[in-house]
Amino acid sequence: MATARCQHLLENMPNYLDGAVSAELCAEIERHLDGCADCRVVVDTLRQTISLYHELPQPELSPEARLRLYKSLDLSEFLTSK
Amino acid sequence: MLSEDSDRVLVERLHRGDKAACAECVERHSPGVYRVALRLTGNEAEAEDVVQETFLSAFKAIDRFEGRSGLATWLYRIAHNAALMRLRRVRPDQVSVDDEEVLGEGLPVPTQLHDWCCLPERDFESSEARAEMERAIKALPEKLRAVFVMRELEGLSTEETAEALDVSIDVVKVRLHRARLQLRERLSAYFTELARAEA
Repeated sequence: MATARCQHLLENMPNYLDGAVSAELCAEIERHLDGCADCRVVVDTLRQTISLYHELPQPELSPEARLRLYKSLDLSEFLTSK
Repeated sequence: MLSEDSDRVLVERLHRGDKAACAECVERHSPGVYRVALRLTGNEAEAEDVVQETFLSAFKAIDRFEGRSGLATWLYRIAHNAALMRLRRVRPDQVSVDDEEVLGEGLPVPTQLHDWCCLPERDFESSEARAEMERAIKALPEKLRAVFVMRELEGLSTEETAEALDVSIDVVKVRLHRARLQLRERLSAYFTELARAEA
């Protein structure tokens, strides 16, 4: 990740990963990736990182916390079991 | 997320002081508000308090909600402010250190350059890997974490995230890029060690 081209890639990486670069810039980036092992690793592992955090389980309010929430808002009469 | 249309009807009922609409609003939006609060505070009890504060404030201020943003975005904005107030009280040193926000300038140069993508799937799905990801998210600076949570974990658009955090669209983009790079860096250290141990 030492050259000006690597820096150029780093700056354009978000748009590249989102498919939001022009065909010309995309081709330029891919030519660079073909010849730069470090940048290829960064792009691949960044893609993998994104995929991993999208698979994280979603935390949920516990039933007790939900009960406290409705009570604190004076909405207990509307509380339904989940 | 439910459609903006159904939120619009809900807001009209909230404006009329309909208590059942308050309950519906909580039912619909408390899961997302809680997730944001938990990721921002890193603490279940604090997150629970933030959720309560968010809905109390929202119902009190509903007359000032003009619908320029979506209801969820507005609630996230209140939750973010409430979480930030708490963080400032508890950990003042960890909040609001201004950083470079111009895309490309001062971006951290990646230092972890081992390719760990070929590890077996079970290594990515392990509870240990998930815990490491959670730790990495928790370790993000507050400003980056707020953008990351809203944009990537809650699925708000760039524009909605900017609205919720009261920053520009460019700032959202820069912070998200920095957050992703920091997460990659930390996960790379973890998975590289794992790959070496398995070799």
